[in-house]
Amino acid sequence: MERIPILRMGRLLLVTIQVDMHDRLALALQDDLTARIVKDGARGVLIDISSLDIVDSFIGRMLDTIASMSRMLGAETVVVGMRPAVAITMVELGLSLKGVRTALDVEKGMEILRNRP
Amino acid sequence: MTTSILPGLIRRFEAELLKDWVREQRTAVTLRSDLLPDAELERQSAQFLAALQAGLEAEAFGEISDPGWERARGFLEDVARSRGRQGFTPSETATFLFSLKQPVFKLLQRELEGNPAALVGELWEITVLVDRRGLFTGGRALIGREVMITRLQAELLERSTPVVKLWDRILALPLIGTLDSSRTQVVMESLLQAIVDTGSSVAIIDITGVPTVDTLVAQHLMKTVAAARLMGAECVISGIRPAIAQSMVHLGVSFTDIVTKATLADAIRHAFARTGVSVGRAAAV
Repeated sequence: MERIPILRMGRLLLVTIQVDMHDRLALALQDDLTARIVKDGARGVLIDISSLDIVDSFIGRMLDTIASMSRMLGAETVVVGMRPAVAITMVELGLSLKGVRTALDVEKGMEILRNRP
Repeated sequence: MTTSILPGLIRRFEAELLKDWVREQRTAVTLRSDLLPDAELERQSAQFLAALQAGLEAEAFGEISDPGWERARGFLEDVARSRGRQGFTPSETATFLFSLKQPVFKLLQRELEGNPAALVGELWEITVLVDRRGLFTGGRALIGREVMITRLQAELLERSTPVVKLWDRILALPLIGTLDSSRTQVVMESLLQAIVDTGSSVAIIDITGVPTVDTLVAQHLMKTVAAARLMGAECVISGIRPAIAQSMVHLGVSFTDIVTKATLADAIRHAFARTGVSVGRAAAV
């Protein structure tokens, strides 16, 4: 079964979503990511969705859930690179990801995670 | 219907008919010699007479949508479009056709003088025929006008939402005029696109020029701010006038999780602080 790769950079985990997310893939990512946070002792998770151009309510909610789970495990989540059309769709769906930090691109996202107290 | 003598008559007396018709149009109250020169009027009249004759010979008194009337239809569409652009009203454009009735009636009366029954039949046919084409032309003129209005609206919409780059990584969006749903959509899209293009981390939405803010506008603003935040940019709303602040709070909209400032200057100061820019006064020169 295909999986989304999780890269480790020091104490950060980098997830780049480059394929169309379907529900099963999203659930697998949730499992993998929580396991890796614990295993690697990660302090931050960076999810790059810049190549994602379709987001439905399930995926939107999943981003929110992942952020909550990571926070519980001691890692902060930053979602980076959301496209304008995706952002508009998310807002129209009523998903404003209140608990998730966002950044324009990977570089700025890294900056946020590095400057964390 | 094929027994009508009209096609033959028009062919035989085309020159006379044209002269009468042009004279009729020149004396009509709806004549706009300021918009349409005489030569052009005569040319259009001659063209339509020819198209009318072709149509009559092909389909007799058919509908304008019949294939035999193709040429007349195309010509009338052209006339409606060009006259609409020149500033004719739809009724003035339609009168162009209605004024053809009198010369044709006169011709029929003369030719069928001893045969009242045939005369009445022919008159009825030509009346229906000219009326339908006149209405068609009037309708086309209206459609042309509507297309133009829609285009102007779209243009206005595009021009009314300039996104300005204030500083490195700071954008400003001065909103002027009433905000409605379609305009907010355009505003939202152009702001988000500009955020991506410039890599900005702060965007200032200035609503000094927005006359009224109701709950709907407030909701639109909050959506824009939420979308910008999802992309990783912070939004500041500035230019909230005292009256608007009062009515917003009374309406129960308090923008709690959005940074709001009274003036654009305050918003710029906030944006500088967020992006780590410090501005000081140098010694005056």
